[in-house]
Amino acid sequence: MNSIIEIKNVYKTYPNGIEALKDINLEIDKGEVVVVIGASGSGKSTLLRTINQLEIVDKGQIIVDGVDVTNPKTKLTTIRSEIGMVFQHFNLFPHLTVLDNVTLAQIIVKKRNKKEAEDIAMSLLTKVGIADKSDVYPTQLSGGQQQRVAIARALAMKPKIMLFDEATSALDPEMVGEVLDVMKSLAKEGMTMVVVTHEMGFAKEVSDRIVFMDYGKIVETGTPDTIFTSAKSERLRQFLSQIL
Amino acid sequence: MNNKKKQILWNIAYVLVVVGIGYFIYISSSKVNYIWRWKNVPSFIVYKAHEDIESPVKGIVEDYKNKTVYIKTLDGKIKTIKVEHPEVKKGDVVDTTDEIGYNESYKSGPLLVGLYMTLKISFLAIIAAIIIGLITGLMRISSNPLLKNLAITYIELIRGTPLLVQIFIFYFFIGTVFHLDRLVAGVGALAVFEGAYIAEIIRAGIQSIDKGQREAAISLGMNYYQLMRYIIMPQAIKRTLPATAGQFISLIKDSSLVSVISITDLTKAGREIITSTFSPFEIWFTVAAMYLILTYTLSLFTQYLERRMAKGE
Ligand SMILES: Nc1ncnc2c1ncn2[C@@H]1O[C@H](COP(=O)(O)OP(=O)(O)OP(=O)(O)O)[C@@H](O)[C@H]1O
Ligand SMILES: [Mg+2]
Repeated sequence: MNSIIEIKNVYKTYPNGIEALKDINLEIDKGEVVVVIGASGSGKSTLLRTINQLEIVDKGQIIVDGVDVTNPKTKLTTIRSEIGMVFQHFNLFPHLTVLDNVTLAQIIVKKRNKKEAEDIAMSLLTKVGIADKSDVYPTQLSGGQQQRVAIARALAMKPKIMLFDEATSALDPEMVGEVLDVMKSLAKEGMTMVVVTHEMGFAKEVSDRIVFMDYGKIVETGTPDTIFTSAKSERLRQFLSQIL
Repeated sequence: MNNKKKQILWNIAYVLVVVGIGYFIYISSSKVNYIWRWKNVPSFIVYKAHEDIESPVKGIVEDYKNKTVYIKTLDGKIKTIKVEHPEVKKGDVVDTTDEIGYNESYKSGPLLVGLYMTLKISFLAIIAAIIIGLITGLMRISSNPLLKNLAITYIELIRGTPLLVQIFIFYFFIGTVFHLDRLVAGVGALAVFEGAYIAEIIRAGIQSIDKGQREAAISLGMNYYQLMRYIIMPQAIKRTLPATAGQFISLIKDSSLVSVISITDLTKAGREIITSTFSPFEIWFTVAAMYLILTYTLSLFTQYLERRMAKGE
């Protein structure tokens, strides 16, 4: 047993009555790259966001790195700081410079000193290729650059898991590659990743496993090979034919 | 005609209209036989006080230097007295209570004293209103029904009743029950009143921040305090600065109402002067100008802050 994420019988209904997750079961191993695909509204984001409890579940259990995050007694701030999340719209802090975006949580959450936080930030910004922009504000960056800062910001917390929710969907086509490259290199380094994406190329090339969701349920899971060549369910075949 | 020329023409028209209105006021006031006495007005702001100095002892003037008169008393001791304008010479014999000279000094007139009171009340009320507004603004957006409903009740009660009535209630009811000094009651009433508006401004400011900001901060492990302190508030405050500044300007103007509970602020000072001088026009114009100086300074200061904050991005 080396699952780092265990999702057991999870249900989530939004206050407006939409059942976004219905009996979700999923185990993810350490170092595994799982890509979640599915039609719009199928519950992919909701599933991802329950892992760090950005969405509280109604029923079921989620255990992350041995901690039951669905237990109301769990101190969520600690576990959240160990799960990096990258959003479709970057969500950088517009009032802070790039460097401060990457150091703030290190300093106030991880209690690192400023010097240490800045060293970590600069090495990560170098890694994602924007060290030269460390003292500008996010609005002065292109979408691709902003997303790479957002990845650096998440990585600065030294997370055990990284969640990506359509990290490239808001980008101009010519910038998708630079962000996917960063994600690929992360995967190579052995980071545990859960990735919601419509980039089937990335799914094929990088993922260990693909999870297909439909109407709040996991309909099918499998290696990229089996999913793309021999999908069992009709819904998945339909979905793939639309998207490919 | 090109655009620039048009602009200049309209600006000239503006000056003419303003001058015209001024002339109209002048003409109308001369029709009512009003005697303008502007000459006295400056003395209500600052005046030169003349203070006669009497000798406290019996003796002979020994010397005068460094604005000090030295008097040798009968038993040989030297008494020193500060006098700027002496009216005695070396060797003069003086008795106790004899005038030996006078001092002149600039003193604040009643309008300046009133202005200072207005400034003090406004400043204290602004600080308190920020605290009240911040707390109730946060309570207002809380998901806890107790906090939320308390905040809504407070805001609705305050915004639904006139400030003047609130000041009376504060002074005559709350003030009596808790033995509040009139200044505390005045500042309290103003702060509670403006706090309700600040709360709404802060609520709107917080709610205008993209929810992605909260999600990003929380996903990094920040707690509620850190989220508010480092992410939401800095952005919300910047965004609401113009509205908040407008509210502070209102507060300064509204502070004139505390004169009804006998706080001698700028307005009350003006009223008091008028009862003895019968120059209501001059005094009210002067009082208005003094309020304008306060509010305009604040407005300039916020414009400066806005420009400085905008630089960041
Ligand atoms: N905060 C919310 N309140 C109410 N309903 C929501 C909320 N978030 C999502 N939903 C609904 O829940 C369902 C699942 O949404 P979710 O965002 O998880 O889907 P998704 O698979 O990520 O879709 P997309 O590809 O469009 O991002 C949808 O029907 C959506 O309308
Ligand atoms: Mg989504």
